[in-house]
Parts: sequence; structure tokens; C-alpha cells
Amino acid sequence: MRKTHRIVSPAHFAFAGLCLLSGTGSPASAAAPFEDTIAQRTLACTGCHGPQGRAAPDGYYPRLAGKPSGYLYNQLLNFRDGRRHYALMTQLIEPLSDAYLFEIARYFSALEVPYPAPLPAVAPPDVLRHGQRLVMQGDPARQVPACAQCHGQAMTGALPNVPGLLGLPRDYLNAQLGAWKAGQRRAHAPDCMQAVVARLSLEDINAAASWVAAQPLPADTHPAASPPALAPGAAQIRCGSAPLPTMGSDTGTAETKVQK
Amino acid sequence: MKKFGRFALGFFVFGMAAAALVWFLNVRDETMATATAVNLADANLIARGAYLARAGNCMACHTARGGQSYAGGLGIATPFGTVFSSNLTPDASTGLGGWSLADFWRAMHNGRSKSGRLLYPAFPYTSYTRVTREDSDALFAYLRSLPAAAEANRPHELRFPYRSQAALALWRTLYFSPGVYEPDPARNAEWNRGAYLVTGLGHCSACHSARDALGGTRAGKALDLAGGLIPMQNWYAPSLTFPGEAGVADWRTDEIVSLLKNGVTPRASVTGPMAEVVLRSTQYLTLGDLGAMAAYLKALPAAPSAVAPVNAAATGALGSVGFNLAQAAKLYEQHCAQCHGADGRGVANAYPALAGNRAVTMPSFENLVQIVLNGGYAPATAGNPRPFGMPPFVLVLSDGDVASVVSYIRGAWGNQAGAVTPLQVGRVRAGQAR
Repeated sequence: MRKTHRIVSPAHFAFAGLCLLSGTGSPASAAAPFEDTIAQRTLACTGCHGPQGRAAPDGYYPRLAGKPSGYLYNQLLNFRDGRRHYALMTQLIEPLSDAYLFEIARYFSALEVPYPAPLPAVAPPDVLRHGQRLVMQGDPARQVPACAQCHGQAMTGALPNVPGLLGLPRDYLNAQLGAWKAGQRRAHAPDCMQAVVARLSLEDINAAASWVAAQPLPADTHPAASPPALAPGAAQIRCGSAPLPTMGSDTGTAETKVQK
Repeated sequence: MKKFGRFALGFFVFGMAAAALVWFLNVRDETMATATAVNLADANLIARGAYLARAGNCMACHTARGGQSYAGGLGIATPFGTVFSSNLTPDASTGLGGWSLADFWRAMHNGRSKSGRLLYPAFPYTSYTRVTREDSDALFAYLRSLPAAAEANRPHELRFPYRSQAALALWRTLYFSPGVYEPDPARNAEWNRGAYLVTGLGHCSACHSARDALGGTRAGKALDLAGGLIPMQNWYAPSLTFPGEAGVADWRTDEIVSLLKNGVTPRASVTGPMAEVVLRSTQYLTLGDLGAMAAYLKALPAAPSAVAPVNAAATGALGSVGFNLAQAAKLYEQHCAQCHGADGRGVANAYPALAGNRAVTMPSFENLVQIVLNGGYAPATAGNPRPFGMPPFVLVLSDGDVASVVSYIRGAWGNQAGAVTPLQVGRVRAGQAR
């Protein structure tokens, strides 16, 4: 899966951003002095995902900052172990240990970076109404749960593993839901998102993504401390995830190819 | 008519004799494939086998991405098609559950399966044949101790004629000769241990030797370790004998050990396919064994690279691609200098120096282009658990930009390597489309 465009690149913007932040003319002298920090160690990530993981403007490289650490860690493992597919990402993180990947996940998770304002919706009003209904109420007739049931009424996600849905471009949301539907994106069993997306049509996906992408951020953008309470009549959904590595142990590279 | 009959008979006899010879050469040295008295449940034996499996890096190929360890199924692309690794877990119907010690030994030593089928040399039995029977038995004991996985082996996807057993039999007569490692009495025990590991289980020559059109390492020099382009990967495994590539004759032993143990030293770090080798194999070896490998590698006779230097063509290539020094220097300043320094000296223990770095100046340019395009991390080892990383530039820089900046660093700060053209960059870029 290679992107076709190369002219306007995320890293161009990222680099421009770095130069602006440091506020000097010559790029060489603009470079931040070397510091032995986790930020320095993850410059390989922010090249595409934007400074501090604030997302690339093209919509392909999503925001990392502030997402739940368990979610980010699981995505790193999903790329490494073939449940998500992007060769550039996979080969970059392949030689890293579980413990280090978790440290990287926790680093980006803890970053407080302001969100950009959402782009105004371009979809017709009836599409947006359909999207809003799916996201907030679901479709009980088709056993489609509301997105908000797990991702929260504020859609800012919940610790430790449920990501927020806001601050993501429509293209990215569409691509992810589409990948789930096509079996190109998977998670640990039980893969709850796969089960939900299987019941959605492409029109449903586009409607939900169009509406979510246009929603403004609430005052508190942090993920909820725990999963939202189950609404009366709603069925409990079980979602699989990787066990977190025990911190302070060794590097955990021993059997990194297996996540059972 | 009589004359034709005689000719036909002669031809038939010759054909039969040739076939008999090929058959004989394929089954020679199988006399040791008999039962030995070994207690497969012996914990010490299993532990030794686990260590040896690390030394051979068996898991890397015999585990599919995200799959159960040693259950096979990983596709290994070759110029002749894709070979799929087999299930080594003790599952009775799909793994090695029905195999005996002798069956396993024959696979390791002679490259033949339990059924007698000839195995494809993507399984590096051309090296493993040097492994002793005792070590083979220990490996088998370890594999038998693994949890069984019911994963049926996937048939290879090879083109004709490479998929035929007859072609493989012929290949083996050209490139394979079974034989356990014979210690060299003129060398000490350490050197011999190193030679045993490097040329046997370590199967270093699988990458570090050039392959000919039939995928064999050069006849008569099967273990020359003089470097080679890894088929299908566009990574160059540098020469271990040439001081201008990865020869270590003038390195201190502890530096070599550190590179294999930690993945980094002040002089060099590993990346690409070698990062996986350090990650999954060499970091787990004892300092004694790594020291032995270092002793063997240090003592390799110096030999020139398999790749001809391109210095002579440099100026012409630079001119013909419109190489612009000022523009290249600007690209370097913009994209590289933040970490590698305006002077190309890098940052100690974080970002490698580019000035005087053999990975930059060696004749082969593929690795350098790979690193610029795809970025990368050194392996996270126990000795270097939190490596620094380089971002990918594949989406940022055009082939012309990459050629400029790579040519620039190959010629700056006293480096004197040849230029790289946009076409060469494009070939590396195209080779990795997936």
C-alpha cells in the first residue's frame, strides 16, 4: 500500500513546523540541540506524524498525541504483527521491543497538544443526520451499537484502550473503517470493531465518518478514565487487546513475533 | 539402423549413469542417519537446543508475521519464486511430531525431508551440514519441547523448472557437499569454535556471499563471505573480508562482540536485515561464543570487495545527472544535519557519523539509499534497549534529491566514494514497492 502522491509531503510540513517553532533562519542552526530524551528518540515517528505527534495535515498520518497509551501500544503491535498494513511503519518498528514500544506509546499518550478546528462538513444534510444517528444511537434493528457506547458521549475515548474519534480527518476515518470491512485492519480477538463494521454499508461508513470529522472538540479532550456506563438495553461488547508489558523488566524482545 | 541402435543404447547408458551419479551425490554421507540414544526430555539438552536455535536464528524464517513461533508459513521471496517455511513444532500431522532424531539429522546434514524429498536451499543446509550430530540432536529436543501448532505447510510457489526435484538434484550436485565441520588443527580452539558458528549454524554466508544466476554461492568459495546483494531485498550484505566494507581485521575483539551483542558500537551500528539478526540471534549468544566468532572474522584473509568501486564513473555520473553541489549541500543541511551534524560527525551513541563511515563509503550504495528512503532503528537489545531512530524520507525526497544527498555525503568530509544516480535510486525504490 503505497501512497500515490509524493509532492506535498507530511514531513515537509513537519520540518517547516520545526523551523517555525525554533524561529531562526538557517535550518542547520535552527535544529534543536541534541538532548537525550524520548522526544529525540522518536524523531523517526514525528517525521510523518508531525511534531509531537500532532498529525500530518494530509490526513494519512493520524494524530498520536493524547491517544490512550493502550490503544497506541496495540496499534504498534498490530503493525508489527501483520494486523495492520503499512510497510513503511512495519519495517520502522520491527526491530523494537515490546517494552520500548510501550514507552513510545506512553510518551505520545501523555503529550498535551492543542487540536486543530475541524473542517466543515461537505456531505449533504441527510447523510450527516444518518451519520449522527449511527454514531450516537446506533441501529438496534441491525444490531449496530452506537459508536458513543464505547468511545464515549464526548467521543474522546476511554482509558486504557479505546481511542477518541475527534480530531481525525474524514478521509482517515473512512480509510480505517473501510480497511476493517475489507479485513485489512484487524485487532486482537475478539475483534469487536470488525464485528461492528461488518454490519455497516459503505454509505453508513461515509455518513458516520463525515459527521464525526466535523464535530468540534469539547473543552476537556482527554479520554475518560474508564469505559462509559452501559445504556439500558445495550449489549455488552467485548474487545481484545494485547497484555501490557511489565515495566522495569528486560527489553522483552524474547518472543516478540508472537502475541497470543 | 544398427549404428543408430548403438548410439541410442550408448546415450541411454550414459543418461542412466548420469542419473545414478546425481542420485548418488544426493544421498552421500547419510550413513550417520541412524537412531541415537538421546533422552529428548532432558532439560539440559533442551536448553542447549534453545541456545543453538538462537545461534541459527531458526525462528526468524520459521515464524509467519504475527504467527505462533516456529509454526512456519513465512514466505521467502527468491528469484525463482516464493518458498514457504515449514512448521517445526511437534504437531503430529503438520509439524515434526512424526519425525525421529535421524530424520531431523538428515534434513540438517543432507537437506532431505523425512519423506526423502530434497529440500530447497532457502533452508540453508549448505551451512547447516557443518553442524555436529550432538548439536542437531539438541536442536531437535528443543523443537520437540515447543507447544504444537496445527499449521499445515504451505506449498512453495516456484516456477518451472526450479520447482522440480530433478532440477534441485542437479543444483545440489553443483553447490552442495555434505560434511560436518572439521576442526583445523593448526588453529586454536577459539578460532575453530568461531569458524563452526559462522560457517555452520550462523549461516552468515547465506547473505554475505554473492550468488550466481542459479542462486548458488560461488563454486569452490561457498563460504567466502566477500559480500553480496541479498536476492529480492535490495540490501547489500557487506564483505566481511574487505576492510573497506565490513571487514574487522583491524577492529578490537570487544568492538566486534559489542556490535553483535548490542547492535551498536562507537564505530558502527547494524540496520536492515542485520538488525533482525542481532535482535533475534546474536544478542543471545554468550560472550565466549561471540568472542570466538570475532576471532574467526578477524582472521579472515583480506580480499577485495565483490562490488567494483565506482569512483571512476563518479564525475561523469555527477555531471550527467546535473548534480549541483550547492543544492546537494542545502538538502543535507535541511534534512540531515540536525542529527548527523554539519560536519558529518553525528552524535556519539545516538546518530552515526557519516564522515569516514564504511556504510556510507563502500562501493555498494543500496543500503545507504534504503536507509534514506525508509529510515530505521537499530535493534532494541538488552545492551541498547532504547535506540534512536531515523525518519523515512521516501515521501519527502524525489529520486533526484536522494541521489544528490547520497552523492554529497559519499563525497564530503574526506569521503571518496562514487556518486549515485537518480536511476539507481529509482531502482531501489521500485524494488521495495509492496
